[in-house]
Amino acid sequence: MKVLVAVKRVVDYNVKVRVKADNSGVDLANVKMSMNPFCEIAVEEAVRLKEKGVATEIVVVSIGPTTAQEQLRTALALGADRAILVESAEELTSLAVAKLLKAVVDKEQPQLVILGKQAIDSDNNQTGQMLAALTRYGQGTFASKVEVSGDNVAVTREIDGGAQTVSLKLPAIVTTDLRLNEPRYASLPNIMKAKKKPLEVLTPDALGVSTASTNKTVKVEAPAARSAGIKVKSVAELVEKLKNEAKVI
Amino acid sequence: MAVLLIAEHHDGVLKLATLNALTAAARFDVSVEVLVAGKHAGRIAEEIATFTGVNQVLIADAPAYADQGVENVAALVTELVTTSAYSHVLAASTAYGKNLLPRVAALLDVAQISDVVEIISTSRFVRPFYAGNALATVESADPVKVLTVRTTAFAAAEKSASSAAVTALALAHETGLSRFVSADFSVSERVELTCAKIIVSGGRGMGSGANFALLERVADKLGAAVGASRAAVDAGFVSNDMQVGQTGKIVAPQLYIAVGISGAIQHLAGMKDSKIIVAINKDQDAPIFRIADYGLVADLFEAVPALEAALS
Repeated sequence: MKVLVAVKRVVDYNVKVRVKADNSGVDLANVKMSMNPFCEIAVEEAVRLKEKGVATEIVVVSIGPTTAQEQLRTALALGADRAILVESAEELTSLAVAKLLKAVVDKEQPQLVILGKQAIDSDNNQTGQMLAALTRYGQGTFASKVEVSGDNVAVTREIDGGAQTVSLKLPAIVTTDLRLNEPRYASLPNIMKAKKKPLEVLTPDALGVSTASTNKTVKVEAPAARSAGIKVKSVAELVEKLKNEAKVI
Repeated sequence: MAVLLIAEHHDGVLKLATLNALTAAARFDVSVEVLVAGKHAGRIAEEIATFTGVNQVLIADAPAYADQGVENVAALVTELVTTSAYSHVLAASTAYGKNLLPRVAALLDVAQISDVVEIISTSRFVRPFYAGNALATVESADPVKVLTVRTTAFAAAEKSASSAAVTALALAHETGLSRFVSADFSVSERVELTCAKIIVSGGRGMGSGANFALLERVADKLGAAVGASRAAVDAGFVSNDMQVGQTGKIVAPQLYIAVGISGAIQHLAGMKDSKIIVAINKDQDAPIFRIADYGLVADLFEAVPALEAALS
């Protein structure tokens, strides 16, 4: 079966971003960008499905600026067969991204779509669920285990207080949690080979999707900084402070 | 106009996060209607009806909602919103709310605002992003605002002297897209992490799962919940529903004691709104000390038993 994986180019997870002085957004100039960690897990899962003989083709798609081709090449180096970039320079809402992905799903007709559960820049945790709604497919979000059998996929989901397993009719949408797998690294020969794999570039217009947003970010601020604390010398002093100064125990 | 709040419940127990979301729903100064979907959920409906701010409870009790499969519940919520005059649809930003509301929003063709921490007006909201390193004020022009609410940013609603009316809905959406197979809950007699007043958390420095017993003994003395960093979960020390952080649970207790936790961005995103933060770490340069109110540079294997003894 064909598996479609969506990946996003985001600020590297180790970078602590700064809010711009004019409160218009965060400063992304000269900041290291990477593939969103949850998307890496999504690619890895697709590659494992292919290694098991379940998946026959892996198509990786990204929606974003021209530079997102770097992340698509990374996914190709990890084992995806071909890539699609839906090029858009503007910042899109999850709904717009889901609509663009829906258009790609219509075109590619995958049996399984794997996305990360959330992007570490917007922290929205919406796109997979929205894509499932638009395609009218079942959704297995926050997946820690994915097992395809026949026309169904059993997805074990991380939920508050434990785990839950649901069986979805294929085609279906799955979003990855951290526990799903440990992504591999791309080897140098595979990075070289990935340069020759096909990468198609599309536009929202070509897909017939309007990306107009009903949401406007009015301003972006830095959160209130915590006032500097003190270092205590002993456990006794700590307990005394918690009891008498902070009054929390 | 009215606000529709989705109640969360499991195994005949109302999830307390619903009460925090109720406080947020009541901010809009219009009627608040609470939807309870499930099988034999009558008791839950009667319970939520007794809280301040609830004007009406809608109960959808049908086999289709027995396991609260998200596809069926989303279809139900969408039908309710398209046939009534709701201005806002709210749910707590829990695994349940996060799974459900984006599906509802897309079915309604509106954007969703996740993890709202402040309601400025009926259309303007504040939410954190970039792991809590920035706060965005967002203005929504959608006809229906679909919001998930960060529970730690709103107090829980209180019991009311009166009880709201409970109305049964004769709606059953069976999409047939998914089927519940099984559930596996970690058994814990402790207070739930997200509503604990005190949390004792361990990181990679704990060294092993067995050593978490040290933290549990301190937690017993304080009536606290026990949490963990992603490093501790990834190392297999504890189960991942104990994880505090950007990708785990967001907490804001009165007191957060971080033991053997370096303080990575990802972890801080889940706990930096705690009232008092204590860090116990042997590395005096650990980033956690930059946000801790009280820091103790010490070997946790000496400090934690000493702390337990001092609390006796």
